[in-house]
Amino acid sequence: MSSTNNAPPSTAAASKRPKYSKFTQQELPACKPILTPRWVISAFMLISIIFVPIGVAALFASRDVIEIVDRYDSVCVPANETDKVKYIQTPGFKTCNRTLTVPKHMKPPIFVYYQLDNFYQNHRRYVKSRNDQQLRDSKEANSVSGCKPEDYNNNSAIVPCGLIAWSLFNDTYSFSRKNVPLNVSKKDISWKSDREHKFGKDVYPQNFQSGSLIGGAKLDSSIPLSEQEDLVVWMRTAALPTFRKLYGRIEVELQENDVIDVTLGNNYNTYSFNGKKKLVISTTSWLGGKNDFLGIAYLTVGGLCFFLAVMFTIIYLVKPRQLGDPSYLSWNRNPGWH
Amino acid sequence: MKRYAYINDDGSSQELYRDNRISNTKYTLLNFLPKNLWEQFSRFMNQYFLLIACLQLWPLITPVNPASTWGPLIFIFAVSATKEAWDDYNRYVSDKKANEREVWVVKNGIKKLIQAQNIRVGNIVWLRENDEVPCDLVLMGTSDAQGLCYVETSALDGETDLKTRVVPPACMGIDAELLQKIKGVIECPSPDRDIRRFDGNLRLFPPFIDTDVCPLTIKNTLLQTCYLRNTEWACGVAIYTGNETKLGMSRGVPEPKLTAVDAMIDKLTGAIFIFQIVVVIVLGVAGNIWKDTEARKQWYVKYPDEGPWYELLVIPLRFELLCSIMIPISIKVSLDLVKSLYAKFIDWDEKMIDQETITPAHATNTAISEDLGQVEYILTDKTGTLTENKMIFRRCCISGVFYGNESGDALKDPELLSAIETGSPDVIRFLTIMAIGNAVIPVQSKIGAIQYKALSPDEDALVQAAAKLQMIFVDRTANILEIRFNGRTIHYEVLETLEFTSDRKKMSVVIKDNNTGKIFLLTKGADEAILPCADAGQQTRIFTEAVEQYSQLGLRTLCFAWRELMADEYHEWSLVFKEANSTLVDREWRIAEACQRIEHDFEVLGVSAIEDHLQDGVPETIETLRKAGINFWMLTGDKQNTAVQIALSCNFISPEPKGQLLMIDGKTEDEVCRSLERVLLTMRITTSKPKDVAFVIDGWALEIALKHYKKAFTDLAILSRTAICCRVTPSQKAQLVEILKSCDYRTLAIGDGGNDVRMIQQADIGVGISGREGLQAARAADYSICKFRFLTRLILVHGRYSYNRTAFLSQYSFYKSLLICFIQIFFSFVSGMSGTSLFNSVSLMAYNVFYTSIPVLVSVLDKDLSEETVMQHPQILFYCQAGRLLNPSTFAGWFGRSLFHAVVVFTISLNAHAYEKSEMEELSMVALSGCVWLQAFVVTMETNSFTILQHLAIWGNLVAFYALNFAFSALPSSGMYTIMFRLCGQPSYWFTIFLIVLAGMGPIFALKYFRYTYRPSKINVLQQAERMGGPILSLGTIESQPRTVEREVSTLSIAQSKSRSPVYEPLLSDSPNTRRSLGAGGTFEFFQSQMRLSSVYSRNCKDN
Repeated sequence: MSSTNNAPPSTAAASKRPKYSKFTQQELPACKPILTPRWVISAFMLISIIFVPIGVAALFASRDVIEIVDRYDSVCVPANETDKVKYIQTPGFKTCNRTLTVPKHMKPPIFVYYQLDNFYQNHRRYVKSRNDQQLRDSKEANSVSGCKPEDYNNNSAIVPCGLIAWSLFNDTYSFSRKNVPLNVSKKDISWKSDREHKFGKDVYPQNFQSGSLIGGAKLDSSIPLSEQEDLVVWMRTAALPTFRKLYGRIEVELQENDVIDVTLGNNYNTYSFNGKKKLVISTTSWLGGKNDFLGIAYLTVGGLCFFLAVMFTIIYLVKPRQLGDPSYLSWNRNPGWH
Repeated sequence: MKRYAYINDDGSSQELYRDNRISNTKYTLLNFLPKNLWEQFSRFMNQYFLLIACLQLWPLITPVNPASTWGPLIFIFAVSATKEAWDDYNRYVSDKKANEREVWVVKNGIKKLIQAQNIRVGNIVWLRENDEVPCDLVLMGTSDAQGLCYVETSALDGETDLKTRVVPPACMGIDAELLQKIKGVIECPSPDRDIRRFDGNLRLFPPFIDTDVCPLTIKNTLLQTCYLRNTEWACGVAIYTGNETKLGMSRGVPEPKLTAVDAMIDKLTGAIFIFQIVVVIVLGVAGNIWKDTEARKQWYVKYPDEGPWYELLVIPLRFELLCSIMIPISIKVSLDLVKSLYAKFIDWDEKMIDQETITPAHATNTAISEDLGQVEYILTDKTGTLTENKMIFRRCCISGVFYGNESGDALKDPELLSAIETGSPDVIRFLTIMAIGNAVIPVQSKIGAIQYKALSPDEDALVQAAAKLQMIFVDRTANILEIRFNGRTIHYEVLETLEFTSDRKKMSVVIKDNNTGKIFLLTKGADEAILPCADAGQQTRIFTEAVEQYSQLGLRTLCFAWRELMADEYHEWSLVFKEANSTLVDREWRIAEACQRIEHDFEVLGVSAIEDHLQDGVPETIETLRKAGINFWMLTGDKQNTAVQIALSCNFISPEPKGQLLMIDGKTEDEVCRSLERVLLTMRITTSKPKDVAFVIDGWALEIALKHYKKAFTDLAILSRTAICCRVTPSQKAQLVEILKSCDYRTLAIGDGGNDVRMIQQADIGVGISGREGLQAARAADYSICKFRFLTRLILVHGRYSYNRTAFLSQYSFYKSLLICFIQIFFSFVSGMSGTSLFNSVSLMAYNVFYTSIPVLVSVLDKDLSEETVMQHPQILFYCQAGRLLNPSTFAGWFGRSLFHAVVVFTISLNAHAYEKSEMEELSMVALSGCVWLQAFVVTMETNSFTILQHLAIWGNLVAFYALNFAFSALPSSGMYTIMFRLCGQPSYWFTIFLIVLAGMGPIFALKYFRYTYRPSKINVLQQAERMGGPILSLGTIESQPRTVEREVSTLSIAQSKSRSPVYEPLLSDSPNTRRSLGAGGTFEFFQSQMRLSSVYSRNCKDN
């Protein structure tokens, strides 16, 4: 209306004017890729070219690993024992002898594992049944929260508490080749970080396996937990019901057709739940142990990509289609879209 | 209920009513926490999360640390609460400022400076020029000898003109000193919110002998937050204080609006919730069975033989907690965040700033931007919305002589000028009414130029025009009007003003010529209100014709009439009128009755025609939005002819051969019913043919139709793409919105005036034009824009992008939650159905809060198509309207994708990390990194345009993931100590991740490519065209060229159309409607039929 009246609001409005920037105007420079056939086909081609060699390499790595697997749970029970559970639960050291033949030359380090099957270390009741503070700190011997039902025995705290420690694997293996004992090194089989930071150097087992029901192995109460490497390995719970845990390392070469005698103490109860026990002696490759999965998966994906690339090329050649053709816009055509 | 305000009574009567402390705060310090929590927990989502969080406190069943839910929950609550608290604090501060402002108040007979909050009802408050009124006052005295003062009410109703307020007659002329001692009582109604009405009575006590009851109206009041202007001082009695003032009462919190997208998200959440319950029940039962058959044999688990009574519930509840992440806790925060950003983008948009006044657009409601993209109906006001509301006096017809028909401008018509020269009495009377038959206030500036402060732009136009025709309205001093005509000065005294009401449709003034002492009634108003009241002896046919002719031109008409009143008649009537004015009950009705007693037997002088310019770009805007499949309804208070003409000139309806206009009229129920059925029948027949059918209905017929034939009218509303409703009242406008909403359409109402407020509040989206009729509409609206044409941008750019972005963001949020949840479920199959969580608490929390939230937030910058492409192909909005990007079937796609990805991640990480490597923490990190990598690629694939920010967020997030996990891995006390270092050192980890990404993305990528190339959606085609510079774009540029060609031949097209039916003659020569005749041509028809199909389709979809 009047200019005098308008002047103040317009200056006020000027300050209201938003500051210009590419962000506020949503005008930031943007790259807008589009899926052209050439781009897509070459991408798939490239992937197959990369994947197939990796698959082959992984397969080779896996093949290079020499692995001896021996299942001993049923054969180590005397044939006349009908009730396996009862047999394993009777006290006393139950020995068993096995003979293994080395199929191929094995170079050290050769790893000795035990493999358990149908054993749920990842069960919710089991996996939480431990107390990390207690394991780490000698002053925390009484913190047993979460360890139920293996927390107290005779009104004093158990160290290490919890189901995991209580059920420590207690089969033992000793190897000999041509009656010469093979030394199995049990040193450094656990993670160094666990030994140094998770298990205390001054934490000693107390009151362990002293209850009425004995779970697994007993611990020497004069050795600190950080040096009880079997326990440290066992306490790294496995994510799957079938798992291997490192038992020890053989530091000598094994020749092809070498015969190895194993004397094992068959003490651990897997019979009540039909779990298998296996002894595994294996070398390792840059990818880890023997596992064909990665190699096969890589080859499959690479092959599929190759297949897709070829298919897309054929479709592209047989039925070329112009991108962005306006005739695909129905509003440029006669009625008939919805 | 009545209220009695005793003036200057310092006694106990003051205590009856509250003091003037205003409080807009929602909370107090004490009730903040409970009240705010209560409000937040009234939402289903929040209740759900609270329940989950509480369940997690039970260590027996929780798979993760309770902090993983409590943390985010408390964070979300804290954010909302902080926002509320901050808003409330700001309100408190501004309240405090207002409350502690000092004002002069008479206390115990002495004028004192006190804080505004201590004003009591009955106190006399003194104001100086430019002071803000602290509470509602009844004016008692002013510095003006005539008892006038001026107030600016913009804070109240948005109108920027000055309004006069007058001292009630009883207090007129009381000396300023005496005013401090005045005693009396004001009787007034209990506080209400009507800012246009105040019916009170004043009685002064002796010694002020005038003991008569003196009526009070809104004219005698000064309302809170108005400003006193152009008046040295004024004083008044406080009648309403604090929150009981008219402003305080009308303040209310509007119902929050829920967008269609929100409703859909709620629905999907519900579906997921049901799915979750099913999963929990199935897994729970399976878990219990496994426990009884298998777990009891697993001696190392040491299951007790006898569990507690709730034993059967433990496993299902564990799974419930494990699956609780299916409903993402982050979705609400993310959506709130992006929604406020959408609103900011609207506020910031340079292209929606009005260059004249430099006013940017503003989104008041930040939560409903997606709905803009889903609008199906636009209901628009005419005056001020489609038109400029800049009135120019163009033509007139005085005593049967048409002026201005030749040149199109009566002000330059030599005939009229010479008639003024010669002093033709009818012409002079006509000009007199133009000049003084109004409530305009002339303001003379120091240099002598006169400016007019007019309430309505029509009156402004008339006074301006009269001034140009030598009849200059110079001054209004109290009741004396000064007019200068041909150098002579004439004085009139205003005896009464009969104000305009929408029922009477006219306004009158009773004036006395001070020279002759004669009394005249001068009236102006709508033709149907004036012509029937004409003197029986007068022929009014010529005026009817004039009105007809003018309204066909799209001009607004007003009839002018006068009558000389005998002194007796006037005095007799004025008593009636005074009495009507002082009644408290039914005052409006009594006044109307009183008016009727004098407004009759007019001598009709003539008809004026005022042009209201169309706003820039209105026809183009309507055409573009039409193409986008949006239907338009015009709701106006104007006459039918004017409305139809404006509609034609702005492309709203098409002229005859292509369009068809169907009338619904009738005065009785039967007539309306027949007419309605006929129109319905015609509509049903013609919908198959590409014809632009519209119906016109007037307020009267609408009233009947809505009352008795609502069903038929609703059917009609569904069938009709275009409608013109004229002569409708504000409440009818709101009713129409309600009808369309009841048919499940998304409605947008746009208007500029106070009469549009109800419609704007009623509609799903209300848009206000911040224009000349004040800011009332803009205040009530969700969005305010300056020009109608910005609507295109608001809908096509902001609405569409918002919808697309939210559609992606919400579905993605579910995708990523489902992904991690499915992995947990799969893991429970290999962990003895015991409900072990594969992921640790920290990872789960960080996954939801960081790893997956940040990359997706930058999708607010994503643009699938450039703004230009969308503008050229508005049809693409259909995808948003029909909800093609967010519906159960797209959601099923995302659901499938998350299932597929979960299978990929789980199988690969399980098999690649089997046997000696299957350590719990390691496997969990492998699976987690697989998920994080996959989601980065999913966001990448769903992003259409990458700005630097997107790259930063997506890839930066991956880097951050590793950085964060390295940090955790370096802490000896954390569960995942050294895990990440260990993993990153293994080649097999990287091979696994690589494999997961390729196996997960490969098929989706191939599918996308195939669909993109061989089954492209319209959006894809336009993307391809836009990025390859393909033929569509060039087509688009060609399309825009004919416009310039049209401009050149526009004169030709006028000539052409003149030869056609005179009814549709495009007579607004400078309006852009001529383009239409050449315009869209063939393609337009295609589009019509095609859009009809589409809208029928979308309706079918809704029926299902």
